[in-house]
Amino acid sequence: MAVTDAKTLPPETVSPRAADAEIESSVSVASQWQLMWWKFRKHRAAMAGGVVTLIIYAIAIFVEFLSPSSPGVIRADYTWAPPQQLHFFRQTENGMRWDPYVNGYRVEIDPEALRRTFVIDEEQIVDVGFFVRGETYKMWGLWESDLHLIGSTDEEVPVYFLGADRMGRDLLSSMIYGTRVSMSIGLLGVFLSFFLGILLGGISGFYGGTVDNLIQRIIEFIRSIPTIPLWMGLAAALPTDWPPLRIYFGITIILSFIGWTGLARVVRGRFLSLRTEDFVMAARLDGASELTTIWRHMVPSFFSHIIASLTLSIPGMILAETSLSFLGLGLRRPVVSWGVLLQEAQNIRSVATAPWLLIPGLAVLVAVLALNFLGDGLRDAADPYNR
Amino acid sequence: MSAQQTNGSQHSTSANGSAAADNVLLDVKNLQKWFPITAGFFRRTIGHVKAVDDISFQVLQGETVGLVGESGCGKTTAGRCILRAYDLTGGQVLFQDHDGKMVDLGPLNNNEMKPYRQQVRMIFQDPFNSLNPRMPVSDIVGDPLKINKVAAGKELEDRVAALLARVGLRPEYMRRYPHAFSGGERQRIGIARALALDPRLVVADEAVSALDVSVRAQILNLIKDLQEEFNLTYLFVSHDLSVIEYICDRVVVMYVGKIVEVAETEELFAQPFHPYTEALLSAVPNPDPRMRQQKSRIVLEGDVADPANPPSGCYFHPRCRYVQDQCSLETPELREIAPGHYAACHFAEELTLTGVTASGELG
Amino acid sequence: MDTPVLIEIKNLKTHFFLDEGTVQAVNGVDFTIHQHKTLCVVGESGCGKSVTARSILQIVDQPGRIVEGEILYHRPDRLSGVGLSEDLPSPNGAGGSSSTEIIDLAALDPRGREIREIRGQDISMIFQEPMTSLSPIHTVGNQITEAIKLHTDMLDDEADEHAIELLRRVGIPRPAERLETYPFELSGGMRQRVMIAMALSCNPALLIADEPTTAVDVTTQAQILELLEELQDDFGMAIMLITHDLGVVAEMADDVVVMYLGQVAERGDVESIFHDPKHPYTQALLKSIPRLGVSRTMQRLDSIRGMVPDPYNRPTGCMFGPRCDHFMPGRCDAINPPAIQLGDGREVHCLLYEDE
Repeated sequence: MAVTDAKTLPPETVSPRAADAEIESSVSVASQWQLMWWKFRKHRAAMAGGVVTLIIYAIAIFVEFLSPSSPGVIRADYTWAPPQQLHFFRQTENGMRWDPYVNGYRVEIDPEALRRTFVIDEEQIVDVGFFVRGETYKMWGLWESDLHLIGSTDEEVPVYFLGADRMGRDLLSSMIYGTRVSMSIGLLGVFLSFFLGILLGGISGFYGGTVDNLIQRIIEFIRSIPTIPLWMGLAAALPTDWPPLRIYFGITIILSFIGWTGLARVVRGRFLSLRTEDFVMAARLDGASELTTIWRHMVPSFFSHIIASLTLSIPGMILAETSLSFLGLGLRRPVVSWGVLLQEAQNIRSVATAPWLLIPGLAVLVAVLALNFLGDGLRDAADPYNR
Repeated sequence: MSAQQTNGSQHSTSANGSAAADNVLLDVKNLQKWFPITAGFFRRTIGHVKAVDDISFQVLQGETVGLVGESGCGKTTAGRCILRAYDLTGGQVLFQDHDGKMVDLGPLNNNEMKPYRQQVRMIFQDPFNSLNPRMPVSDIVGDPLKINKVAAGKELEDRVAALLARVGLRPEYMRRYPHAFSGGERQRIGIARALALDPRLVVADEAVSALDVSVRAQILNLIKDLQEEFNLTYLFVSHDLSVIEYICDRVVVMYVGKIVEVAETEELFAQPFHPYTEALLSAVPNPDPRMRQQKSRIVLEGDVADPANPPSGCYFHPRCRYVQDQCSLETPELREIAPGHYAACHFAEELTLTGVTASGELG
Repeated sequence: MDTPVLIEIKNLKTHFFLDEGTVQAVNGVDFTIHQHKTLCVVGESGCGKSVTARSILQIVDQPGRIVEGEILYHRPDRLSGVGLSEDLPSPNGAGGSSSTEIIDLAALDPRGREIREIRGQDISMIFQEPMTSLSPIHTVGNQITEAIKLHTDMLDDEADEHAIELLRRVGIPRPAERLETYPFELSGGMRQRVMIAMALSCNPALLIADEPTTAVDVTTQAQILELLEELQDDFGMAIMLITHDLGVVAEMADDVVVMYLGQVAERGDVESIFHDPKHPYTQALLKSIPRLGVSRTMQRLDSIRGMVPDPYNRPTGCMFGPRCDHFMPGRCDAINPPAIQLGDGREVHCLLYEDE
């Protein structure tokens, strides 16, 4: 039967794409993450969203240094003081000179309501400086410092770049402090639901059968409950005498209690579709154990998708916290979050007299949009092998 | 029936095993694979898709057996049962171990299967799905060696390089990821992975179906060369009769989960005994426009039967042009019609069916 | 000797503008489709055969577009003036041909009224996977009658009757009942028949079939091919059949165009392409396929070395050069071979035949 000797037959060598080999080689040996980065880079909105997200998280990290004062400082003399515009240059005889300042306030009495209102007084000048010494704070709870990026040079006279609330607290400082809470509650909540989602979704997708059926029904049940009443119920269950930090964690857990279901579905779907992939079967036929197959082949295949859906679920968490706090069921002073700040803009009177109290809403908007753009880009880049 | 003594095996050889039994590498006996059809909230089983329903055949050491049929005939399922990618519903998959003993792979669990996974390997159809896109080629080909602790470190790298060179790829490309390769090259990588553990039986599931015409011949030749070099035995699953004819020594024809005919390639193509085989052969378009007029094509009526709800009697009877009353009542057994030639048709002896004659080379 | 010309493609170039670069999917293709004849376009993946077909109907996917060339449609008398405005290119008495009107399809607006009139009515198309081109949420009857009513002024009842007749014609048993079924209830072969019925609903002059049998089994393939042949006898349309299967070509074609990497390698009648192939690619391709009845006696197949280059790294000169056994260094990698006429409608793009 064997007429030809196999050894004398040269294997049909594949033509080397000689010249192109060098140019092409960087793509050829590019790993999944490199390919994803290349694809992500092309998505302009996502890149912009990514940059904004980074900035917001950077703010959240350096809160103490960035804010002009502490959010808790009450100054009863400055209730509902309007925003002061920051001027960088001062008019002098010999032209403009670098000397940042804001105009001070003048108190007027509203003749009808007989109410005191603050009006910007062009005559008064309050000197503002960068890297000024102000209130002392404990950076990250580690060391004491009193250096602020920006603030009034005179500690006795406060400045309100974004105005003050009903108790004379600086809105800008509150918002900067709120960034830390709002953004971290999103992150923390997502990691908690990430853990639950991967665990339960993985079990559901991997074992299938009755376990899968049970978990899926639980997910459907949780998802069928209207979220706001559920949150309200759970939040009301939190003891009122808890310290603020514990309430913060309590709220996070409440939020991730709902958040994990979406992720669990994603993980389960990925597991189910990956189980039937040829390369997963190939790994099994190589003799790889279940665990090796999961860790070496399945998890890397859906990890990028998980990161993308993770990013996309952070905005949901932020919004959820905001709405809870807005309803007065979430965080409370002295903890400040964007939702807590927005709660103060709830009634028409405060909005009419102090419309700047709505500015935290803008912060929520920017953060949510940036994260959504980033998540969209990540999702598109998540599978670089789809053509 | 030649009930010859297999070394240490108590089982007699199956119906179509006329060959010397100690030469049998794989002996599939009454293999069944039913997939449950579930419905309702509690996933009650309301029926079964009988993907593979009681098939028996043997594969001898060093030969290439073709498993051919249309989509849904159970050929792929049968291949995967032999690989133990699926659990069996019934029957045995007897495999000759190195010491000559026949081992039933059917009841083995994952751990017990491990030594046999090295000896029975698979080549996949889809060169795109079967390679993990997130792994470089060195890992894809090297993983079976690593997992089975055959080689490690520098030795592993050398073996991978040698394997790649053998299948016609440049070893320098080892660091590349699958996306840098074309379909044909990827299929070579898949073949290298299958060969990494010095297997004895390779199940090739539609190994060339997804490839371009001009690349298909290269891979077919490679598969043939490797067989001689490494003394491989192939179970070649395909729907493409011309490929089967080129590469196989013996052919098993399946229809709706059952074997309808088994014979040596030459015999089967020249003188089929089952009307389905005849129709199948006749349906293959001939790449010669001059044959157009000479050929009377048999066009089958209707579609392949539903394996969840097959017709009574002979599954092929609703489409058969030689159908008689008996066909819808009795299920035909696979019988030896001529030496080594089995067919499951009540009228195999009476019918004169046309095969494919060895037409001359094209000018 | 030939039937009148129906479609004339001249130097067609369809390119895809992607981030990674420009893919010259179709790069200077010429061929002719004659009335009532079957033209097979054969080639491997990436040769541009499908894009050529889609260019004819102006349904090239984004970001692709026709960048150059003409697709001249010689509108047969029967179809002339049906709803088309008069300001189209005026007829230029194409000597002896029965067509009165010549329309350059490549110049029409892909979303314009003119091309929409032609799609479905003059030229229709069937695809490889019928499930993706049939709507899953409408019944078979709905989809066929909609196609009919779009191009004719038939009433509902007439359209229904016509649809039943069409379904019967394409060999669907109990056609009246089938009007109420949804595509997913049908088998692959049946769906393809429904697609064909829809395509033929307005009696087109040209039916483009893009790999119509690739996704079905051999026995179903035989059914579909036979059906197409019968329908061609009845309806008299021309068929442009796109396939990679040389067996299908040999069974169906009158004329053959062999394509490789966006260009025509050679074209001619089916007999001479199979029995006297000129281009080294065609020759190698024919030698490399296993043939029923022949290959069991063969030890090895003659294969073509290498593989189809990826679209971003096209070779210079002749596209087939790097894989060709007759490669002439300095010539084949420098000159993109022009069309060389060999008489009898045969044309080959290969420098080996330059002096003939």
